[in-house]
Amino acid sequence: MSTLPESALDPRRIAPAVALAARQVYWSVRRELWEDRFIFIAPLTVAAIVLAGFVLSTSYSITEVLKLPPALRQDIIEKPYDLAAFAMMVTGFFVAAFYCLDALHSERRDHSILFWKSLPVSDLATVLSKAAIPLVILPLVVFAITVTLQLTMLLFNWVMMLGDSRNIAALWNHMPLLGKSLWFLYGLAAISPWYAPIYGWLMMISGWARRATLLWAVLPVIVVGVLDRLVSDTSHVQYFLQYRFFGWYAEAFDFKPHGGHLGLPVAVDPLKFLSTPGMWLGLAFAAGFFVAAARLRRYRGPL
Amino acid sequence: MACIEAHGLRKAFGKAIALDGVDLLVETGRILGIVGPNGAGKTTALNAMLGLISYEGDLKVLGRDPWRERDQLMRDVAFIADIALLPRWMGVSQALDYVAGVHPRFDRAKAEVLLAKTTINRGSWIGDLSKGMVTQLHLALVMAIDAKLLVLDEPTLGLDILFRKQFYDTLLNDYFDHNRTIVVTTHQVEEIENVLTDLMIIDRGRIVLSCSMEEFEMRFVEVMVHPEQVDAARSLKPIYERQVFGRAILLFDGVDHDRLAALGEVRTPGIADLFVAVSGGLPGAGAAR
Repeated sequence: MSTLPESALDPRRIAPAVALAARQVYWSVRRELWEDRFIFIAPLTVAAIVLAGFVLSTSYSITEVLKLPPALRQDIIEKPYDLAAFAMMVTGFFVAAFYCLDALHSERRDHSILFWKSLPVSDLATVLSKAAIPLVILPLVVFAITVTLQLTMLLFNWVMMLGDSRNIAALWNHMPLLGKSLWFLYGLAAISPWYAPIYGWLMMISGWARRATLLWAVLPVIVVGVLDRLVSDTSHVQYFLQYRFFGWYAEAFDFKPHGGHLGLPVAVDPLKFLSTPGMWLGLAFAAGFFVAAARLRRYRGPL
Repeated sequence: MACIEAHGLRKAFGKAIALDGVDLLVETGRILGIVGPNGAGKTTALNAMLGLISYEGDLKVLGRDPWRERDQLMRDVAFIADIALLPRWMGVSQALDYVAGVHPRFDRAKAEVLLAKTTINRGSWIGDLSKGMVTQLHLALVMAIDAKLLVLDEPTLGLDILFRKQFYDTLLNDYFDHNRTIVVTTHQVEEIENVLTDLMIIDRGRIVLSCSMEEFEMRFVEVMVHPEQVDAARSLKPIYERQVFGRAILLFDGVDHDRLAALGEVRTPGIADLFVAVSGGLPGAGAAR
């Protein structure tokens, strides 16, 4: 070994470089959270609205609901919890999409890009830290807020049922909140890589377009879709989009009628999801888009 | 080792040629001032040195190719670009945290000391600071980086005279030592005259003058000529002539001082006067072309 020249592969040189890169990505992610506080504010606002709606409707209907037979009642009580999770998930997607559309545009617009570029953080490290927001941070934020929201809803249900110990016992026994949460977390974990090419595309456009990022991101897809329909009378684009936006649900869960565990409608199926070509193909495209975004940032200055 | 070395540096934006074969050598420990009208190519030259734009020709900064090795280069180079703005949404302490987090050569304690000399509140948002304070903050951040090369492109643009003076005082007293190199461009040439060790005048993408300040003082002499000596003075081929209060002021390049002293009152010209002489127009005239 001693005959080998000290190369770039020497661990003594790699370790500090990796530590520095990790520290730079960490601080860059924090910077994103400082800049775009809507990453927290938007989901929190939606959660507050959902909670307000839940409180209102439950206050009106709880006495009626408690008169229903237990099986039917449990269904009605549970439904808002699923709706809340769904609303939070959709919010998470919109926040992620708008974040990506602005990620590489705002720093050019406000000319701060020259300040960021005066620091020794590479374009790739910057783009990766920005990509971490929709792919990692937002799903965790959405998950944490959703669980808190559902616990608050449960607490409210419990308060409304005070005085009826049997009902409370039934509520606790039948409300599979832990199972629901894990199921939801799995869903978010599946959406992340599945939507990665969408986020990558949006971020690439935000690094490329001088203005009207939303238009540039959406218009080409619409044009291709219309041409697909008019010229070749096919619906490939429509199917492609449908699969990309909703396909994760079919691929990540098992719909066989053996019934879900934990009282959930469908069982999770990570093996099927991980062996779906569409997932890996999407990830490959996402990688391409993010690398292209980093290349674009290299050439772009203030607007 | 030379800090910056360029041979045949060229950059064109479409048909517009911003740099037209620039040769440049800046030794370590110098303070170079680049002066030129708007659109002369100053910012393009600095952007090339900082690896912000691609270029043709040879360029080495601290021994590195700025375009290909930009990330490594930025560990040893700090800069304030003319239109660089600190992000308005950031807090002052967040800016300190961030730079300390990502820059291995940032000395946070030094930045704190520099900031303590200003009236900037640690809890403020950058968007709430005055223009002068933002520049002070930017300078404090940049000066706390142990860089080998500092590039300043119009760093005092839009600041009042007190801030401008303080800016260069701080730079000289608290930052500059002979292991560092500073490259600065500005339109307020009279303010950096006493700061520079070297001067470069650039016009239409070409260097029209490049010399050290000692050389500058040796070569260039301005004479307020006695009226009866005007013809004699003109025969010595001045590079520029202007009239002030009815007296002719002639600018000479490389003419013996004693000979000129006999013709009138002799002094070293200001950079601004020389600039006008060698570029054949007032600063800013380049933009009107």
